[in-house]
Amino acid sequence: MTEDWQNGGFGIYIHWPFCAAKCPYCDFNSHVARTIDHAAWRNAYLEEIRKAAEQTPGRIVHTVFFGGGTPSLMEPWVVADIIDAIRKHWPTANDMEITLEANPGSVEAQRFADFRAGGVNRISMGIQALNDEDLRRLGRIHSADEARAAFDIARKTFDRVSFDLIYGRQKQTLADWESELKQALTMAIDHLSLYQLTIEQGTAFGDRYNAGKLAGLPDEDRAADMFTLTRDICADFGMPAYEVSNHARDGAQSRHNLIYWRYGDYVGIGPGAHGRLTLNGQRFATEAPTNPKRWLEELRQLPNVALTGEDQANEFLLMGLRLTDGVDLARFEALSGRSVAPDTLKNLSELGLLDQRGRNISVTEQGVSVLNGVLRELLAD
Amino acid sequence: MTPLSHIRNFSIVAHIDHGKSTLADRLIQSTNTVADRDMKAQMLDAMDIERERGITIKANTVRIDYVADNGEAYVLNLIDTPGHVDFAYEVSRSMRAVEGSLLVVDSTQGVEAQTLANVYQAIDADHDIVPILNKIDLPAADCDRVAEQIEDVIGIDASGAIRVSAKTGIGIHETLEAIVHHLPAPKGEENADLKAMLVDSWYDSYLGVIVLVRIIDGRLKKGDRVKFVSNGTVHHVDRIGVFRPQMQVIDSLGPGEIGFLTASIKQVRDTRVGDTVTHDKKTVTPLPGFKPAQPVVFCGLFPVDSSEFEDLRDAIDKLALNDASFSFEMETSAALGFGFRCGFLGLLHLEVIRDRIEREYDIELITTAPSVVYHVYMRDGSMQELHNPADMPDLSVVDHLEEPRIKATILVPDDYLGDVLKLCQDRRGVQLDLTYAGSRAMVVYDLPLNEVVFDFYDRLKSVTKGYASFDYQLTGYQTDNLVKMSVLVNDEPVDALSMMVHRDRAEMRGRAMVEKLKDLIPRHMFKIPIQAAIGGKVIARETLSAMRKDVTAKCYGGDATRKRKLLDKQKAGKKKMRQFGKVDIPQEAFISALKMDS
Ligand SMILES: Nc1nc2c(ncn2[C@@H]2O[C@H](COP(=O)(O)OP(=O)(O)OP(=O)(O)O)[C@@H](O)[C@H]2O)c(=O)[nH]1
Ligand SMILES: C[S@@+](CC[C@H](N)C(=O)[O-])C[C@H]1O[C@@H](n2cnc3c(N)ncnc32)[C@H](O)[C@@H]1O
Ligand code: SF4
Ligand SMILES: [Mg+2]
Repeated sequence: MTEDWQNGGFGIYIHWPFCAAKCPYCDFNSHVARTIDHAAWRNAYLEEIRKAAEQTPGRIVHTVFFGGGTPSLMEPWVVADIIDAIRKHWPTANDMEITLEANPGSVEAQRFADFRAGGVNRISMGIQALNDEDLRRLGRIHSADEARAAFDIARKTFDRVSFDLIYGRQKQTLADWESELKQALTMAIDHLSLYQLTIEQGTAFGDRYNAGKLAGLPDEDRAADMFTLTRDICADFGMPAYEVSNHARDGAQSRHNLIYWRYGDYVGIGPGAHGRLTLNGQRFATEAPTNPKRWLEELRQLPNVALTGEDQANEFLLMGLRLTDGVDLARFEALSGRSVAPDTLKNLSELGLLDQRGRNISVTEQGVSVLNGVLRELLAD
Repeated sequence: MTPLSHIRNFSIVAHIDHGKSTLADRLIQSTNTVADRDMKAQMLDAMDIERERGITIKANTVRIDYVADNGEAYVLNLIDTPGHVDFAYEVSRSMRAVEGSLLVVDSTQGVEAQTLANVYQAIDADHDIVPILNKIDLPAADCDRVAEQIEDVIGIDASGAIRVSAKTGIGIHETLEAIVHHLPAPKGEENADLKAMLVDSWYDSYLGVIVLVRIIDGRLKKGDRVKFVSNGTVHHVDRIGVFRPQMQVIDSLGPGEIGFLTASIKQVRDTRVGDTVTHDKKTVTPLPGFKPAQPVVFCGLFPVDSSEFEDLRDAIDKLALNDASFSFEMETSAALGFGFRCGFLGLLHLEVIRDRIEREYDIELITTAPSVVYHVYMRDGSMQELHNPADMPDLSVVDHLEEPRIKATILVPDDYLGDVLKLCQDRRGVQLDLTYAGSRAMVVYDLPLNEVVFDFYDRLKSVTKGYASFDYQLTGYQTDNLVKMSVLVNDEPVDALSMMVHRDRAEMRGRAMVEKLKDLIPRHMFKIPIQAAIGGKVIARETLSAMRKDVTAKCYGGDATRKRKLLDKQKAGKKKMRQFGKVDIPQEAFISALKMDS
């Protein structure tokens, strides 16, 4: 019998928790450290890889993703050793995708060749903005020119390079974003991640926002307009959205991230890393302690949490409906043992928010801007 | 046994917060009724709600022994009363049990609306009055001015007013001496048939109903069989005592004394305050009795979680057991399901009961719009009381409606007079009187109760920066052009939001209501028309536009758990909303939608 995860695939996520500076909007598990014992970190990662492989022997690894933090600040030899270890412990796909997140500074640009030599074949670069004023306001430590230079080096070194931009910034008008986005699309190769700025609690931006001091953010209507504009322009440039914030030419999608959205299995290694693993027919959520020092020195995994069928069905739907392709209701039913109320589907279709083709449902262009609302309806009992 | 000449019975009355309970503390303490180590501030305010809000809700009686400067021993019975207008009834019945009053006036504030209301009641009850100027320890105290005000505004002699700080104890001795020398001794006949006034009663889980009595004539002893004259029921007295302020059992109570009896009575409802108590088989001329306290404000209380209806019934039953002025009956609402229509003495009373249900019984409530009692005159000549706008009969059978009116007395520094007059006019008020006392104006208005009940006091406080005080009395019913306004959300009528309004104010109220609702109802996946209507005619309309953006920008492998839990939480949050057709209305909307900004 095929297990549900096989519909999504199997990948490995490695979390590197350090950055050169903390950005004010960022709530990722990232920290600034004065010194890093790279050898100790390497050993810890290898140890965890070995343990994970023991639990999932024989699985074919399709993708590896070095995320952060700023993994482009990892020593290339550590990255290489990790990739070697993965190849040693599991069978790997011929076309295994190995992505590394990079910041667009000069330090990291010098390492691209070494990363490539170690096995990395895709770069995801956090450019965030294409003008210096906005970069400063976002607390970034690189200039737009530095970012362009780093991007040029990356694209000469790798076949696959994507970059991230954050929009919906303070004081950004619809017209500002339109022209910046068009510039970005002329730079882009075949993949772009375009995130609307989210004010996260517990960040410096979160505090300023709560104090009423983060002026000029878009209201709901302008945010909606920016979102729609982004999708329209990208589609015109041949890079339609395949996920809420991700755009690609056909075939250039991030295969690693698709595993999440298609609700496959993934190993999570490193501080704060989450995983989903089906072991002996039961799917578990795995999680590691977030504090880097604690992770390195004391405890590398928290106890696994068994997910009920209903939990899995909910996660499947909330991840899957982010994809333009949508989800197969049969998988939802198999996981939860129930079906979505036909009235709800009918209502959402009538409101123009949902498309249903046979057993497949997906959100429409109109529905994607209010996906959380659609999910609340679909998942309400 | 204390001779009548050595008993003094008095109430302490004042505007809210002028220091009645603190003065009671000092009287209790300086006479060693309670040892210093057992004292706590406002010790008579024993209920949680009283202590939390720092106000007195329930009148309290204490017996004090005092040896005066003349060497004679006196028994003093003091009754501390509430200041808030909702509980004015407690004050008036307390006054019937005593011969004198200490009129406390905060010397930094002066005469306020409840000072007046209370003093007039004291005069009505034939009391001798000792004025007390309190809080003289504060730098802002202005005793001369306040004494003058007492003479001007109230018209009683304030030359003997005692200057007191209930906080520090200044003037307490003088107060005790004044009680002895300026307040009258009670009258009564030891050898006559027993005649006592039933002043108050409440439920105690150990002793059953406790009955507070004032003996007029005769003697009440443990073991007596007593009769409540109004209903003829006979009870065997198993305990007699006084409050010091804790209960102290004694053998008997004689003329002029105040104390309690217990007699295995199960329900407060079996006793009627104001009733006359005598011995079984005896006949005495009954006392005039008290007018029962009538609830004037009604609203629906519904459990947020409809499965808690039975718990709510239980809670309401228990609270009503101890509060005869609180009435209730079952109500069903198409929108809110099962609940209760409850009657209260005023908004503070409503809040207190609601708080207690939520806290002591842990039931979350939806409170619907407070409404007054209308008189609906039918074409056939009959009259119905209307407690709930949702029950308004079809207009074709209605001849006309009457609404309750009040006489409101407002004291306000003249800087704010214009704002107060405007507020009263806007609320359909008719000016009855306007006088000045120093820099303060006393405004008397005839107002419809329904314009006052909900947020008048809040508005008054806000337009006068808290400097106005307010008191009211019901005066009667008056015909007016009243209509029922219904509210439709997404074309469905929401019965719990319907209200009675004056025809001339309907558009304005309707507009305010739909605008408020537009802010209170969260955006949905579709646009929602919100309308106010009279009969079939829409008088105000707003459209809540559909939600335009609600999508998480980043969601990767590490976010699945968090997002799932967030959705679970939102599902729980949805339970706190009520569904009307397809629309979720948050519970706070039912009250907030009615608040007016002017
Ligand atoms: N400075 C000062 N404060 C006082 C004095 N008497 C009372 N207070 C304060 O005034 C506030 C109100 O006092 P209470 O004794 O609760 O007033 P009350 O008249 O019983 O109030 P209600 O029962 O709510 O009508 C409290 O904060 C007291 O501490 C006084 O003589 N001097
Ligand atoms: C793990 S982060 C970091 C990548 C890399 N360290 C960098 O900053 O370039 C991945 C991406 O998430 C996006 N991101 C982070 N915080 C965000 C926020 N609060 N709102 C929107 N996007 C955010 C940024 O575009 C960022 O590049
Ligand atoms: S945005 Fe990137 S560089 Fe900035 S703190 Fe977050 S992970 Fe580090
Ligand atoms: Mg008090």
